Amino acid sequence: MATIYIDNKAYTVKDGRNLLEVCLQLGINLPYFCWHPSLGSVGACRQCAIKVFKDEDDKKGRIMMSCMEPVRDNVRISVDDSEAAAFREHVIGWLMTNHPHDCAVCDEGGSCHLQDMTVMTGHSYRDYRFTKRTYRNQDLGPFLNHEMNRCIQCYRCVRFYKDYAGGKDLDVFAAHNHVYFGRQQPGRLENEFSGNLAEVCPTGVFTDKTLKSHYTRKWDMTYAPSVCQGCSLGCNTVAGERYGSIRQITSRYNGEVNGYFLCDRGRYGYEFVNSPQRIHQPAIRPHHNGTPSSDWIVAQAADKLRNGKAIGIGSPRASLESNFALRQLVGADHFYIGMSDMEHDHTALALKILRDGPVRTPSLHEVEKADMVLILGEDLTNTAPMLALAVRQAVRQEPMQDAIQTVHIAEWQDAAVREAMQDKKGPLFILHTFPTKLDELAARTQRGAPDNLARIAFAVSHALGAEIPAVNGLNDEERELVKEIVQALEAAERPLVISGYGSGNDAYMKAAANITWALHKKGKQPMLSLTVPECNSLGLEMLGGHRLDSALDVLRHGDADTLVILENDLYRRADKHIVDEMFRLAKEVIVVDHLYNPTAERATLILPAGTFAEADGTIVNNEGRAQRYYQVYVPKDQVQESWRWFLQIAEKAGIPRLNGLQNLDDIVWAMTVAVPALESIQELAPAADFRMAGQKIPREPHRYSGRTAMLANENVSEPKPPEDVDTPLSFTMEGFRGEPPAPLIPFFWSPGWNSVQSVNKFQSEIGGALHGGDPGKRLLEAHVNGRIPFFTEAPEPFVPMPGHVHLMPIYHIFGSDELSMHTSGIAGGAPEPFVIYLNPEDLHQWGASPGTWVNFEVDDHPYTMAVEANNWLPRGIAALNAGIRGAEVVDMPQCIRFSNVRTETI
Amino acid sequence: MQQAVNYWWIIGGVLFVLLNTAAGLIWLERRMLALWQDRYGPNRAGPFGLFIVLADTIKLFFKEDWIPPFADKIVFVFAPAVVVASVLMSFAVIPFGPNVLVADFNIGLLFFLAMSSIGVYSVVLGGWASNNKYSLLGAMRGASQMISYEVFMGLALMGVVLLSGTFNLREIVEAQRGMWYIIPQFLGFVIFLIAGVAETHRLPFDIPEAESELVAGFHAEYSGMKFGMFFIGEYLGITLVSSMIVTLYFGGWLGPAFLPGVVWFILKTFVFISLFILLRASMPRPRYDQLMEYGWKVLFPLSLLNLLATAAIILILK
Amino acid sequence: MFSLIRSMWLVFLHMFHKRETYQYPEEKAPLPARWRGRIALTRDPDGGERCVGCYLCAAACPVDCISLQAAEAPDGRRYPSFFRINFSRCIFCGFCEEACPTYAIQLLPDFEMAEYNRQNLVYEKEDLTINSQGKYPGYNYYKVAGMTISGKDKGEAAKEEPPVDIKSLLP
Repeated sequence: MATIYIDNKAYTVKDGRNLLEVCLQLGINLPYFCWHPSLGSVGACRQCAIKVFKDEDDKKGRIMMSCMEPVRDNVRISVDDSEAAAFREHVIGWLMTNHPHDCAVCDEGGSCHLQDMTVMTGHSYRDYRFTKRTYRNQDLGPFLNHEMNRCIQCYRCVRFYKDYAGGKDLDVFAAHNHVYFGRQQPGRLENEFSGNLAEVCPTGVFTDKTLKSHYTRKWDMTYAPSVCQGCSLGCNTVAGERYGSIRQITSRYNGEVNGYFLCDRGRYGYEFVNSPQRIHQPAIRPHHNGTPSSDWIVAQAADKLRNGKAIGIGSPRASLESNFALRQLVGADHFYIGMSDMEHDHTALALKILRDGPVRTPSLHEVEKADMVLILGEDLTNTAPMLALAVRQAVRQEPMQDAIQTVHIAEWQDAAVREAMQDKKGPLFILHTFPTKLDELAARTQRGAPDNLARIAFAVSHALGAEIPAVNGLNDEERELVKEIVQALEAAERPLVISGYGSGNDAYMKAAANITWALHKKGKQPMLSLTVPECNSLGLEMLGGHRLDSALDVLRHGDADTLVILENDLYRRADKHIVDEMFRLAKEVIVVDHLYNPTAERATLILPAGTFAEADGTIVNNEGRAQRYYQVYVPKDQVQESWRWFLQIAEKAGIPRLNGLQNLDDIVWAMTVAVPALESIQELAPAADFRMAGQKIPREPHRYSGRTAMLANENVSEPKPPEDVDTPLSFTMEGFRGEPPAPLIPFFWSPGWNSVQSVNKFQSEIGGALHGGDPGKRLLEAHVNGRIPFFTEAPEPFVPMPGHVHLMPIYHIFGSDELSMHTSGIAGGAPEPFVIYLNPEDLHQWGASPGTWVNFEVDDHPYTMAVEANNWLPRGIAALNAGIRGAEVVDMPQCIRFSNVRTETI
Repeated sequence: MQQAVNYWWIIGGVLFVLLNTAAGLIWLERRMLALWQDRYGPNRAGPFGLFIVLADTIKLFFKEDWIPPFADKIVFVFAPAVVVASVLMSFAVIPFGPNVLVADFNIGLLFFLAMSSIGVYSVVLGGWASNNKYSLLGAMRGASQMISYEVFMGLALMGVVLLSGTFNLREIVEAQRGMWYIIPQFLGFVIFLIAGVAETHRLPFDIPEAESELVAGFHAEYSGMKFGMFFIGEYLGITLVSSMIVTLYFGGWLGPAFLPGVVWFILKTFVFISLFILLRASMPRPRYDQLMEYGWKVLFPLSLLNLLATAAIILILK
Repeated sequence: MFSLIRSMWLVFLHMFHKRETYQYPEEKAPLPARWRGRIALTRDPDGGERCVGCYLCAAACPVDCISLQAAEAPDGRRYPSFFRINFSRCIFCGFCEEACPTYAIQLLPDFEMAEYNRQNLVYEKEDLTINSQGKYPGYNYYKVAGMTISGKDKGEAAKEEPPVDIKSLLP
């Protein structure tokens, strides 16, 4: 701790920070541009000038950049000093000489850091009367809009894009006062985190293009704290709505999870909420005349449940509450986990490893601090993008600590640290069949068949002392690799092993568990991060239920004839012939979902469910962190939360298991009583009766406009605003104006800070936790003092089966997720469906040439796909793009048999 | 005293004329105010806009007769009746003409003072029963203002009593045949006029209502005909004070014989009603403490002085 | 005391002054050009919509009676895809006009817009747009702002340099 004097007032602050951070943390408004809590300081913008005094008697002082000055004990500085203030105002004035007069048509306006800082410095009049510099813009693809005229040359964009996120295709060009931030050629930005530029850019050079297509100012949106549904990481988001459609997703700071950033799937994958394929009204087949009322349809559904033998199929993309409500509706014995067998096996294994093993799974924040990373069978950029971003930071850890030790500079001295580090990278090892974007950072990569790679990992764990049989038959190169990895693991203080579902091979996860457990046994502090397929896979697994394939058996035996399917497209969970058979056998199919999909097509009764934006719920991420997302707006028509439909049906059908439950708090309570493992969900967020100063927390900013006109075309008399019985948030702009508790922050705003930078005001330490702790509750903690249940069976070396190929999945950040594919920009980046990849030699052996159709059989059912060559695939292994819309073969890994090969080209 | 006209006719006639006057004052006040503000005032409904009275009355009658749920119901209804009743009672002793008066009391003046004291109750009770902070504030202001000014009013009148030697209003008028009391009692007249304005809480002394600070003061919660009663009560009050001024200082019905006495009385009264309206048109409202200070520090000594001087002169002249 | 009597006298004298009243329906009051009445959306000198859908009017509106949706035309111009003013709520304060950075929204000297049906007081863009530049003839926002629109490339707006040639290293 150090004592510093700001404007002659003493403060006690933490050592090791810079003065800008300290000032902001103390609530002093000091303008800045180039500094970013995650990117560090470079002192480029000259905006955060303060006066530093030599000692108490020094009246003159020197102007210095606060972001470049470390905290020293007894340092005397002045923020209010008139010279420093004038300096800051002039800097803004100079920046403004070339800044265009187009705030009115700029998407950043109203949430613009430059606007805020201009007001803050008091630069209120433009003296400059001469010409302004102009630039030509580039088309940067479907996600970002480019308007270079507005640039103030703070370099944040390239520092984020290149240095932080590892992008290659955005850089700074030209010289002197002509510097240009863009691509070498116009074109889609390749990095998966490009969307963050919209938040990182302090002004309107990079803005959200999807927002532009239905543009709404920040003050005009209804917000709610939300959680991304795109992958298993559960990044926190803020979802904004206007006129009944979701307009924008921005990052909701969570120091433990996503920090300041989001991946493009998470940021842009929201458009399914506004999709024309949304189900808005309940429907029944054969068709009923007119729109059925919700009472009537609930009665119909209750009848069907009462008459039939019903089973329920849950969903890993539905909330815990909805899954639980379905489980109670049909009874725990009739509840099936709506995941494919591979997903189920992997998730169950992940849960077992995390719950029974002695090693802790890290949050993304902890991942960033790891000093050695081993990735097993996972292309993180595509399966858990933000984890890949965290690994990028982790790889910097070791050389950065070296640099800090040797050159004696602080970690936040970004430019200096990078200069000192040069190209040095920390140890990162990747064992994966395909190249990944992280390979460029890796000390060693190894490719091959998943089983063979997993054997290497098992060998590593054996070498580290895991109680498993030795893995024999590795070649010299592999043994060398094992030795290298073992050395790196043993040298590291905080080693991290990452594995997951990405190769469809659970041996990777077992090996990863073995490695970390062995390290733990040695007294190390390893971390183990496992990815799971979907946003609530782990939560659903904790809730428990039967395998999906056993549902088919039950239907075949006639023990059930009514299916209740919750927010799930079964065609994504099993091969087409299996799902087709299930629907053939089921007499009644009740589907509760928000999008019209092939499963909804087979439904006899459809109930419109709310998406993440129209429902409250809790999901559990891959870390076992339960997080609550809140309804953003009240949907039109008869859309409501899935769990609410089930509660209504249960009431009608007289099912006592859900008796008397009405709202979110009730069902959460019932769930925690029924499933003790979920108990701490009760403490996740304040209950619905929580009030601050007697008021609810408004979802709308206090400057929300158009209340008396937005619905006036329908009726000039304004309707009563909707009430929220489930949460302490209100759907209006009325309510408590101060800072809400962290789980309930609908949007970040603070007086004078309209941009996302206002998050500074909500943190107990800049870049640290939000006030009162980051939201979310970890449900899984390591089981430290038990017997370590090592996985003893390493897989056999992979041998191609004659006449068959082994199918493995390839995941894509754009394409493998069901919901985000409704965003046109994401669909545009998705790979082709109906393509099967093979080793060129296999291709030759099968007599197929790239680009031709092949027929093959799965369980004697014929499928047709185009075939393409892929050099990375070992012989005997084929790969499919996983999760692509319209794909018919989804069950991977499995063995398929080629029947005949047509040579016609497509 | 001669019994020229049937009492019942007089009572009926007085009531009829008074209530219509009060209603007509709605129109008159708005027209006069408009005159002094370079406007026309109500001029659309009927000839000279006279039907505005009708329209206003209909409006008042048809408004929802709302009693706030938090009010003290009985008192809330009772209060507006008090004001009208007490003012109307006062008129009983006023001699409109040589033979046109309801009750020829020998303590007529005291009766008037008594009745105007009762008027305070309506303000206090109305404000209290409304159960509203603004109403209560208004009522408290009204009570202290009216009680204070009552004192000087009574003292000012004593000069007239000394001169005429009677409390009987008819006899006071008769006593002015030689000279209207405005001349010997000018100071008394001024004090009475000011006190009269304060008694009727008219502008500039409308401090109990003071819409710019107390919303509408003691009758903030009133609407419909109950508000109408306060409204009428106020106009009746103006008429009453004007009549008293005429009776006490301007020779009542006395006047050249080409017009009957009643007409003279009405004409003179009308002049003072107009003066009330002119006051409203031209005076700003004083602060509450200024009002009280003015009353107790200026008017009170003055009225005592007036009384002393009058008594002394009478003593000397005897 | 004298001043009171004097002011009473002066007020009394007003009885003989000329009346200021306009006998409205028969006799129209002359409205100054800057009178704040009916709100209209004006046009550029070239006939294009001036409104760029920046939402500032809506934000400035104290009764929140303006709602709109911004959109972008293929030629790069921004425009409101709908623009609605609920005149049953409007208080004609003119804040929207003050907030408007493009002189698009203007209050006109016209107040005769009473309706028997309140619903008819909801004006849509078609009802609001007029074929005039209103009080600010000659102003064209895009001639000042640096965005590209069809017919005006980068560097062609007022006080703009031609676009930077980023391949050049010359000072």
